[in-house]
Amino acid sequence: MTDLIELDGVEKVFDVRRKTGRWRREKRQVRAVDGISFRVPRGEMVGYIGPNGAGKSTTIKMLTGILTPSAGRIGVAGLDPSRERTKMAQRIGVVFGQRTTLWWDLPLYDSYRLAHRMYRIPDARFRENLDRCVELLDLASLLDVPVRQLSLGQRMRGDIAAALLHDPDVLYLDEPTIGLDVISKAKVRQFLRDLNAERATTILLTTHDLTDIEQLCKRVMVIDHGRLMYDGALAGLHEAGESERTLVVDLERELPPVRAEGARVIKVEGPRQWLAFPASASAAPLVAQIAAEYPLVDLSVREPDIEAVIARMYEGPEVH
Amino acid sequence: MPDAPEAVGAAGVAGATDAMDATGVVGVAGAAGVTERLPAPGMWATYTMIAGMWIRSTLAYRASFVMMLVGNFLVTAFDFVVIALMFSQVRSLGGYSFAEVAFLYGTSTTAFGLANALLGSIDKLGARVRDGTLDTLLVRPAPVLAQVAADRFGLQRLGRLLQGGLVLGGSLLALHVHWTVLKVLLVPVMLLSGTAIFCAVFVAGAAFQFWAQDAAEVQSAFTYGGQTLLQYPPTVFAKDMVRGVTYIFPLAFVNWLPALYILGRPYPLGLPSWLAFTPPLVAALCLTLAGLAWRVGVRAYRSTGS
Repeated sequence: MTDLIELDGVEKVFDVRRKTGRWRREKRQVRAVDGISFRVPRGEMVGYIGPNGAGKSTTIKMLTGILTPSAGRIGVAGLDPSRERTKMAQRIGVVFGQRTTLWWDLPLYDSYRLAHRMYRIPDARFRENLDRCVELLDLASLLDVPVRQLSLGQRMRGDIAAALLHDPDVLYLDEPTIGLDVISKAKVRQFLRDLNAERATTILLTTHDLTDIEQLCKRVMVIDHGRLMYDGALAGLHEAGESERTLVVDLERELPPVRAEGARVIKVEGPRQWLAFPASASAAPLVAQIAAEYPLVDLSVREPDIEAVIARMYEGPEVH
Repeated sequence: MPDAPEAVGAAGVAGATDAMDATGVVGVAGAAGVTERLPAPGMWATYTMIAGMWIRSTLAYRASFVMMLVGNFLVTAFDFVVIALMFSQVRSLGGYSFAEVAFLYGTSTTAFGLANALLGSIDKLGARVRDGTLDTLLVRPAPVLAQVAADRFGLQRLGRLLQGGLVLGGSLLALHVHWTVLKVLLVPVMLLSGTAIFCAVFVAGAAFQFWAQDAAEVQSAFTYGGQTLLQYPPTVFAKDMVRGVTYIFPLAFVNWLPALYILGRPYPLGLPSWLAFTPPLVAALCLTLAGLAWRVGVRAYRSTGS
């Protein structure tokens, strides 16, 4: 059993009723997930990305057993998530970035004690896992603090710990770094990397932050319009989308558009110019070239965001 | 993972997964996982766990808890003050004495108070469906019904129960009833069955909210409204109303039918008096139907997600 997660031709169709007149209602079918198949071996860390409404969270909801698929087959750790919901729940950890599962008015520790009882975690195991999470997620000083007094970053760390106390086989993270500051993001990412490396916990995460994917996932899946558009390495995604990074240069004074090999100016605003260049290319030669030929004051490189990358993927055959 | 990354259209998906299989990545051996899992907690265990958390939550604000408890007691007691004021002007209401009406009031309020204390916040289900927090309950290894039933469990709800119990106790002292063993036994049976019937109404109402998320008000009409209705004798209501709560929506079995037997009063609608002993059956039937409605509701939610 090397594949922990298996999806075969999974579909999810919703009936949407729309008011078309005072009494009349039109029934329309929306295919939120339209025939998705993939496999995730045990111990892999996968990014699952796509624009809003692409079918990401519907897929996660089917994987966690919240929703029943309309067609196709799902197996997670040998279980059918929607048929064996409670059994499935014991083997997975779920973190919804925007909704905490912690008890708002109670000290953080109380939420863990509930998990201890609800997941029927053996005492020794609970202690061991909690100690580990407390140490690695830096929670020791927070255990006695009511959750409502925690910062967003502290709460997210608390939520992640809560999802791991019962030794889940899979950890689903829905936007785990949303709204966090840079330091909190780094802490969360480091922890996930360690978790994956040491415990071989399989992790599936959705995110809008391309840096999450870059730092965590070797493999990325892109979904849009309910279909899997890409499944492979992140670097390949850039190529597939022919995505571009942006070099922002501040010159000493206003000058005509910079001429540089492998880049084109997309915007000029006073002494500041924006140059687009392929994401797969290195920025160093470009910077060197510009620095040599122009009075360069300052510069910065902007990474493409997921939306831009995905949008570019479609700028070919796909019409919508 | 495929060595050569490839962009796939819908048709190319199968190709991508094949490529993955071909490379034959093997999961890290000795992974976390095949730990033995104990069976998930049942209904009651889940209920007490969650309710316990809510009690701790309310005790975090002790002063506000005491105020809510007192407030709950006073607000619900106001209903009885209204009845007492009426009886300062009239000697009987629909042919019933003050003590008799107090008996109806006490039984209705106690049964409803118990049901309300047990699962009074289940009508928040619609809100949970709307804001998506129901999903966080569905990924826990515990029955969803027990989790929602214990939602926002609050000891301050004991205020209503206490108030109903006091009125019931007072009425029992004031009543001029020829008590038989059967009548004495019927009192607790009536209270428990009544509680169960109200619980069924709460659950069925919550199940309905899977389809109509704003139906909490409709539900209140049957729960809080039903309680108020049963606080008065059936003789003050129109016949069709009494028919409705007997045949269609069996609230009459909560207290009217058994209580009228205890009070030795004629039955409405010419019903036979042995119906006084049927509340446990009616309650069992109601709970079964409510349980079914709940299951259908959960199933519908999990197939539509809204």
